Amino acid sequence: MIDFVVHDEGDSVGVVVVEGVKAGDEITGWVMDQDKDIRFKATSDIPIGHKLAIKAMKEGDTVIKYGTDIGKVVADIGTGEHAHVHNIKTKRW
Amino acid sequence: MSQDLSTATFSGYRRENGRVGVRNHVIILPVDDLSNSACEAVANNITGTMALPHPYGRLQFGEDLDLHFRTLIGTGANPNVAAVVVIGIENGWTQKIVDGIAATGKPVTGFGIEQHGDHETIMEASKVAKEYVQWASELQREDAPINELWVSTKCGESDTTSGCGANPTVGNAFDKVYPHGATLLFGETSEVTGGEHLVAERCRNDEVRERFMFMFNRYQDMINRHKTSDLSDSQPTKGNIEGGLTTIEEKALGNIQKIGKECVVDGVLDKAEAPTGPGLWFMDSSSAAAEMVTLAAAAGYVVHFFPTGQGNIIGNPIVPVIKICANPRTIRTMSEHVDVDVSGLLRKEMTPSEAGDKLLESMFRTANGRLTSAEALGHREFVLTRLYESA
Repeated sequence: MIDFVVHDEGDSVGVVVVEGVKAGDEITGWVMDQDKDIRFKATSDIPIGHKLAIKAMKEGDTVIKYGTDIGKVVADIGTGEHAHVHNIKTKRW
Repeated sequence: MSQDLSTATFSGYRRENGRVGVRNHVIILPVDDLSNSACEAVANNITGTMALPHPYGRLQFGEDLDLHFRTLIGTGANPNVAAVVVIGIENGWTQKIVDGIAATGKPVTGFGIEQHGDHETIMEASKVAKEYVQWASELQREDAPINELWVSTKCGESDTTSGCGANPTVGNAFDKVYPHGATLLFGETSEVTGGEHLVAERCRNDEVRERFMFMFNRYQDMINRHKTSDLSDSQPTKGNIEGGLTTIEEKALGNIQKIGKECVVDGVLDKAEAPTGPGLWFMDSSSAAAEMVTLAAAAGYVVHFFPTGQGNIIGNPIVPVIKICANPRTIRTMSEHVDVDVSGLLRKEMTPSEAGDKLLESMFRTANGRLTSAEALGHREFVLTRLYESA
């Protein structure tokens, strides 16, 4: 059972692909590029399609997904925490 | 299904200029907003014809007017269209569009409303439309190889499942048909922001790369000129954000999964401009779904791959739009809009290659005549791109 996917093992976030992930759930992730499984504890409720941090990040850090920069951290994010517009912003525009 | 694409054929309508279409529409095309009513009346009179109403075409000028003509002429010239009746308020611009479409050799007749009124115009145009639709109804499909199929792609209401499921499915299919000489298209200039360096790396040579970066920078300049914020209320869209996409960079990196891993960007097109040879083309274009698909149709593309995450429901009047989705919630709640379900990718129940094959199977069936969900549901979004105000 895959609960979330990660594009590349160097990424700082994964994507929840099932409905109903709750804080405290032990969830299994699939790292697609390296084809391996990882396990994490969700520390927030995370809707389907939303991201969880698989690395702890500090304000000002760069968020990596697809092995590439997708924006900057604007509020510290712990591992297993919901990572979205409340703690990540674009570096463009 | 994993067929030999070097010998695979689809069944389509060969037009007077040699291009092959997969639909056989007779369209009633307004030059301007004022002529929508007459066009819709003709389409009501004559079974099997279709009006394409739109809100523009008066007092446009310069590049914006050029784009208007290019889009309307390209729509009429598209090989999915058998014949065209053009109606405009006056004769000058009407004739310009008729002449542009007539260059393909297909039947086309124009009518100006001034000095005649709606009644006489509708009566005369209906007579021609009846002749056209009866003529078109006898045209037969013939087999054609895959290098005669022009396929465009643009995604919409994307979410994070688009980037890991539906978009790589399109990428896999593109990688498979590209070596067989297919003519392919992607675009959405603002939605490569954050991944523009990756597209630039994929360009065939420096000339193509410079043209791509020119188009990219031109669009960025337009956004910078008009923006009042970081665009976080528009791009990503509220639907994108609801679906888990956080920044334009994340959206862009998902978006460009559609060009696969192996295809090369062979050329760059302006909006609604037709490609001059096979390969993968980038078109400078809006990222709004109906605008981009309308521009792709005007450039001559006959089938469209449309991956969605949250469930964009778009169709096009002349081009079948095939929806691909990997989000299991969208599949559950909006299945009537989805043609190709690849949600198995996210459960490791399907490989990317199997997903690509499933899409290609749908592409052949659609090209051969099966209606897409958008066609069956009556989605005919025809949306013209404007560059600036009218004079």
